[in-house]
Amino acid sequence: MATKIVMEALSPTMEEGRLIEWKKQEGEPVAVGEVLAEVETDKAVMELVARSAGTLLKQLVGAGATVPVSSAVGWIGQPGESVDGGTTASPVTGQRPTGPVPPASAPAPAQPSSRPAAEPSGRVKASPLAKKIAGERGVDLGAVSGSGPEGRIVKRDLEAVSGERSVVSGTIAPPLTSHISPLTGFTDTPLTQIRKTIAKRLAQSIGPIPTFYLTAEVDMERVAEAREALNAAAGDQGKVSFNDIVLKAVATALRQHPACNAWWQDDHIRYWDAVHIGMAVAVEDGLITPVVRDAQTKSLRQISAETRDLAGRARERKLRPEEYTGSTFSVSNLGMFDIEHFTAIINPPEAGILAVGSIAQVPAVVNGQVQVRRRMRMTMSCDHRVIDGATGAKFLKTLKMLLENPLALVW
Amino acid sequence: MTLLTYRDALNQALREEMQRDDRVFLMGEEVAEYDGAYKVSRGLLKEFGPKRIVDTPIAELGFAGIGVGAAMVGLRPVIEMMTWNFALLAIDQIVNAAAKMRYMSGGQFGVPIVFRGPSGAALQLGAQHSQAFESWYAHIPGLKVVAPATAADAKGLLKSSIRDDDPVIFLEGEMLYNLKGEVPEGEHVVPIGKAEIKRAGSDVTLIGHSKTVAVALKAADQLAELGVNAEVIDLRTIRPLDTEAILNSVSRTNRCVVAEEGWPFAGVGAQVVDLIQRDAFDALDAPVLRVTGADVPMPYNKHLEKAAKADVGKVVEAAKKVLYMAAS
Amino acid sequence: MATSTRPERASGDAGTAELFRHYLRQMLLIRHFEEKAGEAYSLGKIGGFCHLYIGQEAVAVGSIAALRPDDYITSAYREHGQALARGITSRAVMAELFGKATGCSHGRGGSMHLFDAGLGFLGGHAIVGSHIPIAAGAAFAIKYRGGDQVSVCYFGEAAANIGAFHETLNMASLWDLPAVFICENNGYGMGTAVARASAVKSLSARGNAYDMPAEAVDGQDVLVVREAMDRAVARARTESKPTLLEIRTYRFVGHSMSDAAHGTYRTKDEVEEYRRRDPIKVLAERMRTDGTLDDARWSALETEVKAEIDDAYTFAEASPDPDPSELYANVYAGGDAKREVRGGKAS
Repeated sequence: MATKIVMEALSPTMEEGRLIEWKKQEGEPVAVGEVLAEVETDKAVMELVARSAGTLLKQLVGAGATVPVSSAVGWIGQPGESVDGGTTASPVTGQRPTGPVPPASAPAPAQPSSRPAAEPSGRVKASPLAKKIAGERGVDLGAVSGSGPEGRIVKRDLEAVSGERSVVSGTIAPPLTSHISPLTGFTDTPLTQIRKTIAKRLAQSIGPIPTFYLTAEVDMERVAEAREALNAAAGDQGKVSFNDIVLKAVATALRQHPACNAWWQDDHIRYWDAVHIGMAVAVEDGLITPVVRDAQTKSLRQISAETRDLAGRARERKLRPEEYTGSTFSVSNLGMFDIEHFTAIINPPEAGILAVGSIAQVPAVVNGQVQVRRRMRMTMSCDHRVIDGATGAKFLKTLKMLLENPLALVW
Repeated sequence: MTLLTYRDALNQALREEMQRDDRVFLMGEEVAEYDGAYKVSRGLLKEFGPKRIVDTPIAELGFAGIGVGAAMVGLRPVIEMMTWNFALLAIDQIVNAAAKMRYMSGGQFGVPIVFRGPSGAALQLGAQHSQAFESWYAHIPGLKVVAPATAADAKGLLKSSIRDDDPVIFLEGEMLYNLKGEVPEGEHVVPIGKAEIKRAGSDVTLIGHSKTVAVALKAADQLAELGVNAEVIDLRTIRPLDTEAILNSVSRTNRCVVAEEGWPFAGVGAQVVDLIQRDAFDALDAPVLRVTGADVPMPYNKHLEKAAKADVGKVVEAAKKVLYMAAS
Repeated sequence: MATSTRPERASGDAGTAELFRHYLRQMLLIRHFEEKAGEAYSLGKIGGFCHLYIGQEAVAVGSIAALRPDDYITSAYREHGQALARGITSRAVMAELFGKATGCSHGRGGSMHLFDAGLGFLGGHAIVGSHIPIAAGAAFAIKYRGGDQVSVCYFGEAAANIGAFHETLNMASLWDLPAVFICENNGYGMGTAVARASAVKSLSARGNAYDMPAEAVDGQDVLVVREAMDRAVARARTESKPTLLEIRTYRFVGHSMSDAAHGTYRTKDEVEEYRRRDPIKVLAERMRTDGTLDDARWSALETEVKAEIDDAYTFAEASPDPDPSELYANVYAGGDAKREVRGGKAS
């Protein structure tokens, strides 16, 4: 019996995928693990690989099509086999299916639990045991291929699936509607995956989270001097940016204020030991947040190298899911655009985000005298369910102290 | 341990129980001077005499009723039905009298009787001599129904049945009488109501009773060659069913095939399947499948008869289905 | 089990006034009990089937008077008469008819399944003729144990056509079982007259088929019944041989409560004719002739019996139903039947 190729959940939040290009044509032989197509997810461009061997019998969708996760995009089988979904028991042998498992995601982010994906008929066929195991492991049956009769999912099909939570919701995003308007002079642009995700997730953020904002102004003179000295000494080993220093300072401050390094989990709060900082990066038509993991253990040079790498690959849309998920705190820096001050939207389930503005030469009072100083304003958005005013303020005070006394970073 | 035939094991059980309790007597056609139509009562007339080993005319209803009356006033009769096919004539006494007496009388009159004889098919005996009756009697509250598959169980269960204060339907098999098996020495009693794991396994549960136990064991051997480790459960008692043994096994293996000699509709297997789907639903990775006799009166022709019986091949195929293995 | 009123004299003393008074009282007890039961049935207090013994009283009373307490009795479904004559109290029988916990079968049997282990009363059976081999089984056990008790079986003449009758009489005769088979020939098997059901009109002739001594007996005279029974019991006790007694009698009412006394298969005249030989009248006239019964004594007896029946009725009404939690009791010897066959864990 021919096996279905389904649109897989290639990222934890992916609900649909756009098939950019088929890499295998109808009639071509396919081995397990070979790339069948390139798919644009909500975050990046990923490869859809073959889970069974045989011949690509049929492409059900063409290049450019967007399909919901779990729906069929093609068939693999033996030449001449019918692909309208047979009723006899699958001739699969007693061996377990081989092939790579879907990429593991970061330590289970606590997203809302999944609903099983809907087949075109609306039901997922699975044995009672398979349903039980799937429920226990948080595996979405809609994303699993069944090897039993009529596609029934059975126990051994789940043994191939990673035990980690695969968080997918199966709803199909509503189709775009365009206004019929008498006005001219506009261009309707379909939402890309990335835009859809941003819209959805940050609308989720701004609504239910009770947010308050704390602003502090930092004297950046010492940081500026230190940076110049470092970069002069570093030569061609790579330059350190202001943002790198800010990230390092944030990591250090978070270690001293673990209450700000947390996730809201509906019925409890998760306080993280390590600090994984999400760094907002502008990409072609949107925003993505690659993560500097274990930032508290990394030197400035390491952070610098990493941010450079991550930002570069982010712009090329070449990040892997584990590289842009799992942050415990985020930093957004619009200083390069001369924005003095702004408030950032929290990335749920994180409890806080820091918005960093530009460093500008402004008059400031120092020891009773007015001087021209390079100063920077930073604003922290806090989820009041996790962080209280004083808690956030203390963190910000420490951060300010670290930036104003850079040597304290190595204390 | 002694190697005995199933027949001799029954003979020993009768002898021992009659020595132990002089209220026990055997009654039926040809049980005394003929030594039993299937020689199960060989030598008993000589040892116990005609008062206790009683030949009857061909009158199943009559002597079944005499057994019931004698049991009601304190004796412990063993009534032999030459085959269970003939017991249809006596079924009014078994069902309307023996089974119901204790209940109807408000607990005053128990009927400690054993009705025993060969049940099911042999070889080319034809439609009227080949029926399996366990499901008929298993349906009746007030009866116990026992079907041993091995010599050891035949002895142990007949002893228990004779000692039981309730009416027991004891189903033997013409094809089983010559089966040899190890029987423990000394006092060997097997409790009614307890199944036995005849072969421990992990991948699939095969449930059988009487003749289908050997079938299931052979199927397990064939499955082992395919890398499947099957568990075989011998029900031994049909009523009351050992529900714990069944559920325990299926919870471990997640899949089950039930094999029986009788016809499919409302057969013993249907009750077992009902139990499993009701109380082990979440453990099931596949539907429970049954292997039964074909839904036809037994034909005489040798090949048709073979095709009408539950056999090893059918059990193996069913096991493969529930394992999602390719059919042969 | 239930307390009972046993006959003061069970055998031998055929001529005493005391014995006659005992017979009369017993027949009156059965008569009034059955009338009351009929009334209760019409009021819905008794459900299912109810087969009344009115007109046949002498058969039960005369024959049971010949027995010992350790003898066994098995009967069919028209057995209130035998039950009362044997000594099951009118309270226990009425309560059983009402289905109450105080009934002689604890409400589980009803009219057709009266039992009393202490009195050797083996039921109460509803399948025509099926109890005949059971009675023979009790006789088998008596002989097996080397005792001298007797097993008595009551059945109607229509049951003499069923297989169980023939198989049993053959074996009882073949094996010399100490049994008395009493065929109460009341002329009709439900709605079918004997002549239309039996090739042999005189049922006692069937004894010949099994080499079994048999007698035809007038069932409306309790003294005649008693004498015939004495002969049969003696044969069983001393020779361990069975007897077939065809006792000719008549029921004045229909087959059961659903059946009319006359107008369908019997004419009113016929019924009236037989009422002239009401067994109670027959004995009463004999006793008046002997001078052992007068109006005053008759009246006193009637009053006493009616009072007992009224008491039984009241007792039955006031008694509790069986406890519903005991639905599963006594299916098996070991206590409550297991319920997993029915419901399993999920129910």
